Amino acid sequence: MLIIDCPYCGKRPEIEFSYGGQAHLARPQQPAQLDDQAWAEFLYMRTNIKGVYAERWRHARGCGRFFNALRDTTTDHFLAFYKTGEPRPTLPAQHERTT
Amino acid sequence: MNAPIDGLRTPSGGLVDRTRRISFSFDGRSYEGIEGDTLASALLANGVHLTGRSFKYHRPRGILAAGSEEPNALVTVSRDAARVTPNLRATQVELYAGLIAESQNRWPSLERDFGRINDLLSAFFPAGFYYKTFMWPRKAWKALYEPVIRRAAGLGRAPTHADPDRYAQRYAHCDVLVVGAGPAGIAAALTAAASGARVMLCDETAQFGGSLLADGGALIDGLAAQAWVRQAIESLQSNRRVTLLKRTTAFGYFPHNFVGLNERLNDHCEKPPQHQPRERLWQVRAKQVVLATGAIERPLVFPGNDRPGILLAGAAQTYLNRYGVRVGTRAVIVTSGDDAYQTALDLKAAGIVVAAVADLRPEAIGALPEAVRQAGIEVLPASTVLGTEGDLRVKAITLGRVEAGSIQPGQRFECDVVLMSGGFTPSVHLFSQSRGKLQWSDALKAFVPAVSAEQERSAGACRGVYDLGDVLADGAAAGTAAGEPAATGAAQRRFSVSAPKRGSESYLGVLPQATSPSGDKSFVDWQHDVTTRDLALATREGFQSIEHVKRYTTMGMATDQGKTSNLNAMAIVAKSLAVAIPQVGLTTFRMPYTPVTFGSMAGTSRGDLFDPVRTTPTHAWAQARGAVFENVALWKRARYFPRGNEDMHAAVARECRAVRNACGIFDASTLGKIEVVGPDAAEFMNRLYVNNWANLGVGRSRYGILLREDGFIYDDGVVARTAADRFHVTTTTGGAPRVLGLMEDYRQTEWPDLKVWLTSTTEQWAVIAVQGPNARLVLESMVEGIDISAAAWPHMSVARGKICGVPMLLFRVSFTGELGFEINVPSDYGQSVWEAVFAAGRQHGITEYGTETMHVLRAEKGYIIIGQDTDGTVTPDDAGLTWAIGKNKTDFVGKRSLDRASMKAADRKQLVGLRAKQPGVVLEEGAQVAEKPGQQPPMILIGHVTSSYASSVLGHSIALGLVAGGRARIGQTLYVPMPNGDLEVEVTSPVFYDPTGARING
Ligand SMILES: [Zn+2]
Repeated sequence: MLIIDCPYCGKRPEIEFSYGGQAHLARPQQPAQLDDQAWAEFLYMRTNIKGVYAERWRHARGCGRFFNALRDTTTDHFLAFYKTGEPRPTLPAQHERTT
Repeated sequence: MNAPIDGLRTPSGGLVDRTRRISFSFDGRSYEGIEGDTLASALLANGVHLTGRSFKYHRPRGILAAGSEEPNALVTVSRDAARVTPNLRATQVELYAGLIAESQNRWPSLERDFGRINDLLSAFFPAGFYYKTFMWPRKAWKALYEPVIRRAAGLGRAPTHADPDRYAQRYAHCDVLVVGAGPAGIAAALTAAASGARVMLCDETAQFGGSLLADGGALIDGLAAQAWVRQAIESLQSNRRVTLLKRTTAFGYFPHNFVGLNERLNDHCEKPPQHQPRERLWQVRAKQVVLATGAIERPLVFPGNDRPGILLAGAAQTYLNRYGVRVGTRAVIVTSGDDAYQTALDLKAAGIVVAAVADLRPEAIGALPEAVRQAGIEVLPASTVLGTEGDLRVKAITLGRVEAGSIQPGQRFECDVVLMSGGFTPSVHLFSQSRGKLQWSDALKAFVPAVSAEQERSAGACRGVYDLGDVLADGAAAGTAAGEPAATGAAQRRFSVSAPKRGSESYLGVLPQATSPSGDKSFVDWQHDVTTRDLALATREGFQSIEHVKRYTTMGMATDQGKTSNLNAMAIVAKSLAVAIPQVGLTTFRMPYTPVTFGSMAGTSRGDLFDPVRTTPTHAWAQARGAVFENVALWKRARYFPRGNEDMHAAVARECRAVRNACGIFDASTLGKIEVVGPDAAEFMNRLYVNNWANLGVGRSRYGILLREDGFIYDDGVVARTAADRFHVTTTTGGAPRVLGLMEDYRQTEWPDLKVWLTSTTEQWAVIAVQGPNARLVLESMVEGIDISAAAWPHMSVARGKICGVPMLLFRVSFTGELGFEINVPSDYGQSVWEAVFAAGRQHGITEYGTETMHVLRAEKGYIIIGQDTDGTVTPDDAGLTWAIGKNKTDFVGKRSLDRASMKAADRKQLVGLRAKQPGVVLEEGAQVAEKPGQQPPMILIGHVTSSYASSVLGHSIALGLVAGGRARIGQTLYVPMPNGDLEVEVTSPVFYDPTGARING
């Protein structure tokens, strides 16, 4: 079970959270203007990185807030937690290399 | 009672109490052991080696080891019909008075086992046998192969009764968790505790000390090894920041230093204390972990190496020094290193004849071999083993001599035990589970921890450090570093040790064999009966990766996970592929290290405590009325209210007629409710739901549909506008949390600019539905502050008022097709208002009804249930709900997906009514629908039945279904293929009752 550091509440066990998939995917402003291919890209296509992955979590059984995390998928270690809307933080070079 | 064989128990020594005799039974025979014995040591003291039959060939097998790595001696221990524990290792079962154990995988008895014929037929049971043989005909699997294989390959049987014991679970946090209380673990715990850290020390056995418990002569800080252990444990016990857990297996190492421990509190007790749980599952979050899990002695691979009486040399030493048991009277030791020489000396000192020490090394030099020679024991360097003899017990061994690369026949020795030692394999299971990286060591001929993935350190034998002095220093260093990870250069604690220097020579793979070996099998994996020939066959057939070889031969896949076999197997595969061992790869270690009971995993989550139970405000009332309940999500809902001898069918028929003809009352409190509030509430709802909310007036409600972004229906429910900036959104019973989650997702992450707040109010409102032509008659005298007359208050009206003096939000809505109202009052008033309405309704024929009637009534009207008539691939148009989509809306969640061409195809499955031609036939929900009758599999199917009921009001059965191009088929005859032939159905409109909707507006 992972330890997740909610930016609003602090460190809590994973069972308090629900997973929210890949981060930094904004819903298109004008979906009607997208062709089928572009819409399908938004709907279905996700990266599957071996390395540092930006992902969403929700403190569902806590404050209820969504936030983002950087997790190394090869170790399950978290490298950063940050609020929704904030830019993806820059990590020391040894981590970024694996993205 | 069988008299103990004279002289197998030593007169003194060891950690057993000879004054306390214990009787127990094994396979129906009584034996005697003593306090401190394991089942294995007690059996050996009685001269019993034969404890099991092997998995595939049913060969007689004896005790091989003394610890949890034991592959052969699997037993079932039972206290009563419900307390039957199969697949326990006799080496770990602590003896108690009256213990009843049975061997497994034999019929009718261990001595005469019918399955032994498998061994004689073994040419027909090669690796991959099951895969190759039982492929065809497929039908034979169920009828023939599986029952036979299951009986023949029987590990133990599960008990037939429910488990009567309690299992506890506990979370714990500590600074340092030390796994394994051998010399390294104890040293680590001592130094970590000395630094002030909160320490937990666990060991899978009943006594702390590990290898020191079997050590004959070492001195640590001037104390005999076992006295040193006692002193160290006493010092740890007196420290309040230290938790000591014996009989506790660290079975799993999970991310972020989360370690699962399984503590067995009283399986060793003659009468387990009533107040205690049987087991406790510890979920430990440790800042630092020290793995001191030791090493497992490696068996040697030679023909006939599996006969009862052939043991690991270290195990024989443990049985002698810890339990005071001589494993035999005349031993031959086969070894690849110095370690077994100490065993030879210990055995000889205990009066066992050691006929010879056969050393695999070309020369046997050094202090220990010299001491053995001095003791008058024959030492034979450059040895190999050509074969063994004996049926239920080994009776002789024939050695060979390796001379200039060729094998010469050697001496034959009569003996009743053969002790083998191929060096040690570090126990890296937990380290590997933690995702740490292993590295091959040529010197140690083993994988050792290289790079940690967690805040973790390995110490002692589990990382290939074997010499006692080094082990203690390694443990102390690990404990110091773990206790004070910030401090550097802390003084290292040293222990003065006086013990023979131990080498680390080890052997891998098959012992050298002559060109025409005895023909007996050489076992690599004892528990799964995998031989050298099986591994050779696998590589010959093209398997190159150890993971594939493992699955093909089932090597390492038994309950012992190959603790004694993995490395030998890898070496054999590497040799036959002519590659280095690291190149064949390493199989993955998985939790649990040793089997963990389901009881421990489940803890208290069983029976009534399996899941939380949610009850509605009228639950007690419904119980008193004899309601039959059903589970809907976590809710208990009244399904029907039988009267007299009514079955469900009769009760539902009566309840349906009551609602259609007079009036019914129904508890709808489980509906999810979300209050959407704020200046942008309408905009938020517009973006989310398909409907147009901008034009919904205050005091009005509307049936809302929520899609996922992929265009498929996610949830539905009536949404009321109770103020310009306030919506009361209802959801399905099971969907409330996920709908709120989806709403929060969009509110927080996509539209944070909208001023809107979401609150779950599901538990705050009791909802009482009053439905039927008499509903208004029942309520008009009770409702205060709202004119509910037909003219003033049409269908879908909403208003605040009072009932019984209680504040109320009243809806005029209907999920039955009848005139209907839903009274929302604060939950605490739910039952009293319900009772008042029920009393007032008496004169108007009010009848309580349950969810089953609700389902029939809604199906008669063609109203869908999310998750029953939809399945995540149904669009609003498929469900016939296009009318609900707001006209001229440019966007809402899922709208863009609805514009894809495939979402508008005419042959999509659409919701229709299905009416069986035989009015009494109720179709099976989930049954398929075919266009053409009389098809044989594989059939062409065009849809399926989603809802199906008998309708007492209509006098015939009804069904809803999703059928390809369904709406264009109305009037057609289709077929529902069933085992007894096709059922004819007519495709109809989904609305069976009151198609014009006149009644709802009554
Ligand atoms: Zn939080």
